[in-house]
Amino acid sequence: MELLRFATAGSVDDGKSTLIGRLLYDSKAIFEDQMEAVERASVQRGEETNLALLVDGLRAEREQGITIDVAYRYFATPARSFVIADTPGHVQYTRNMVTGASTADLALILVDARNGIVEQSRRHAFLASLLRVPHLVVCINKMDLVGYDQEVFEAIKAEFRAFAMRMDVTDLSFVPVSALHGDNVVHRSAAMPWYEGSSLIHHLEQVHIASDRNLIDVRFPVQYVIRPRSDEHHDFRGYAGQLAGGVLRPGDEVVVLPSGWSTVVESVETADGPVHEAFAPMSVVVRLADDLDVSRGDLICRPHNRPVVGQDLEAMVCWLDEKHLQPGGRYAIQHTTRSARAVVKELIYRLDVNTLHRDEGAPTLALNEIGRLSLRTTAPVFYDEYRRNRSTGSFILIDEATNATVAAGMLLDPAHVG
Amino acid sequence: MTQLDTSPSVPVYQLSHLRALEAESIHIFREVVATFERPVLLFSGGKDSVVMLRLAQKAFWPARLPLTVMHIDTGHNFPEVLEFRDRKVSELGVRMVVASVQASIDAGRVADEPGRSRNRLQTTTLLDAIAEHRFDAVFGGARRDEEKARAKERVFSFRDEFGQWDPKNQRPELWNLYNGRHRPGEHIRVFPLSNWTELDIWRYIAEEGIEIPAMYYAHRRQVVRRDGMLMGLCQWIQPGEGEEVTEVTVRYRTVGDATCTAAVESAAATPEEVIAEVAATRVTERGATRADDRFSEAAMEDRKKEGYF
Ligand SMILES: Nc1nc2c(ncn2[C@@H]2O[C@H](COP(=O)(O)OP(=O)(O)OP(=O)(O)O)[C@@H](O)[C@H]2O)c(=O)[nH]1
Ligand SMILES: [Mg+2]
Repeated sequence: MELLRFATAGSVDDGKSTLIGRLLYDSKAIFEDQMEAVERASVQRGEETNLALLVDGLRAEREQGITIDVAYRYFATPARSFVIADTPGHVQYTRNMVTGASTADLALILVDARNGIVEQSRRHAFLASLLRVPHLVVCINKMDLVGYDQEVFEAIKAEFRAFAMRMDVTDLSFVPVSALHGDNVVHRSAAMPWYEGSSLIHHLEQVHIASDRNLIDVRFPVQYVIRPRSDEHHDFRGYAGQLAGGVLRPGDEVVVLPSGWSTVVESVETADGPVHEAFAPMSVVVRLADDLDVSRGDLICRPHNRPVVGQDLEAMVCWLDEKHLQPGGRYAIQHTTRSARAVVKELIYRLDVNTLHRDEGAPTLALNEIGRLSLRTTAPVFYDEYRRNRSTGSFILIDEATNATVAAGMLLDPAHVG
Repeated sequence: MTQLDTSPSVPVYQLSHLRALEAESIHIFREVVATFERPVLLFSGGKDSVVMLRLAQKAFWPARLPLTVMHIDTGHNFPEVLEFRDRKVSELGVRMVVASVQASIDAGRVADEPGRSRNRLQTTTLLDAIAEHRFDAVFGGARRDEEKARAKERVFSFRDEFGQWDPKNQRPELWNLYNGRHRPGEHIRVFPLSNWTELDIWRYIAEEGIEIPAMYYAHRRQVVRRDGMLMGLCQWIQPGEGEEVTEVTVRYRTVGDATCTAAVESAAATPEEVIAEVAATRVTERGATRADDRFSEAAMEDRKKEGYF
């Protein structure tokens, strides 16, 4: 069965957790004891059954009535299985939203019908497009509070479309919902006969995701060298890793970076036996015909389709730490299975998420701000543009003094890099 | 042998859900072993830890498992699980550390409360063992679908020098780039089964033909009903005043401390039958079988903050 990973997004209190609770509840994915616990907790709080408590599980979240960190939930319908990441809307916790959205195939962006699009809706929509979540579904929520008015829906839709035109969004759709009452979540709403589209769950089941993967560029970052040195496997030497792109077969001519040596794939092994091809996201062991010096952090690819090899990088980054970006500062960088150090050469601009204006004079990036950086790494990095490959195009920066993950980076096409 | 969903005539290049989960878990194992010095895998003999062990084996095949395994022994064990644990460990030829809660009690590190589960006491034993052996990465078989605080946890979960989890201040975790950096004395809990559900575990057990302790399948057992749960009679569970002993066909959905793990009535005797049962059940595995989580709404979160699994 096909798996769809999706994340919620949108401003605080727009109803993300309630929507996920409703989605789980109406698709009968909630267990009785979970529901009883939520009912008990709701009564204690003096409220009606609050479906958001199905995901807001931390003590602090319940005290404050907001989501603080991502909750992961799992459910399946006959059509698909789903991994949900319910993320926080509060601006302080944007980094947790980024965590949840980084692996999503689809983002549900919630907008409160009464308030329309606010700064945080724009920030999240922009982050989703930056992270290249391929499908965006804007859920215009709390329709019950605006009399299920079509005009409100259309106005927000038009405004969102206008904003989205300026971002990189390929698939955008809109659903008017009431998370509280369940309209158009699992069941079509009787209160909005003017809406002719599908319910949210129907959309999630149908959206076409198979073509989102990169099956063209073979990218195999070596994770670990397997050398059993046992009697039975005395001469075995294999390179373990997870395919980050393309399809790799025995007999394929390949090169190993950074050495540039070429050889041939002898076999592609798994604990269950050899396979005749491997593709993302399979975890396999690749054996090469020649005895080369290959180690963790190297990359195997095809000779005529290589990633960019370079030490000067340009990337969009989302800053994730309270301590601001230090232009000229040094950080540890993790990219695929490679680690190095990086110096921030320049903050090229900071982006205003409201206007998408580029502020080229910005001195730094603060927590949750987005900007474009140039970096120089201590060792070459083998990468693709993030829009071409989410795996070989992404990196994180780590503050070596605190060990905190301080930035998420999405690499840009080197053709545009001077 | 397992069939990967790859076939030359129909190049769909689509991994099944289970194989995608497997690939993700294997990736996590390899990351840890490649970047940490002293990783350890928590192995209790329970179904999740057995599946975790199988995935670890696959990750390093055909080499031997480059890991130590550790059991935090509450002293309240189901004998058949201990027997199973020892047999598996000797089959694999891995080194096992057994850290004993009883020893922690005897040493005065923690105080036993007679008649109560030793679930919470395990934390001290676990943290002491991590410190003693200087383990820097600790693989646990917890799944996010088990419990609402677990649903919030990262795959690489940072623990400070006191072993504490700070759920309000977790490291961002993007894509499959895991930040395992830590200072001496701190460590990382690693959860390779984060994205697996109970049903996924069972489907994998069935597909792979993985052996697990027999008590996971239907058998006759003498039980007493306590707080609406079926407690199997053993050394630690004896009928109390006015409690009636009956023999029922049961199985265990989880296997933990014998004093607080309940059985469920079930006739499911094979993995396939268990899958059918789990797919139709209306109660979570912890809700059905763990007396310890009924104390408070945030029991698990509180234990986890202290350094529990
Ligand atoms: N009337 C009405 N109220 C709603 C609806 N959806 C959510 N709410 C209410 O809006 C409030 C906030 O809902 P949440 O689901 O916690 O919002 P959230 O987007 O998850 O908030 P954060 O996670 O903190 O960003 C709660 O009081 C909900 O009951 C809706 O469709 N109609
Ligand atoms: Mg929420």
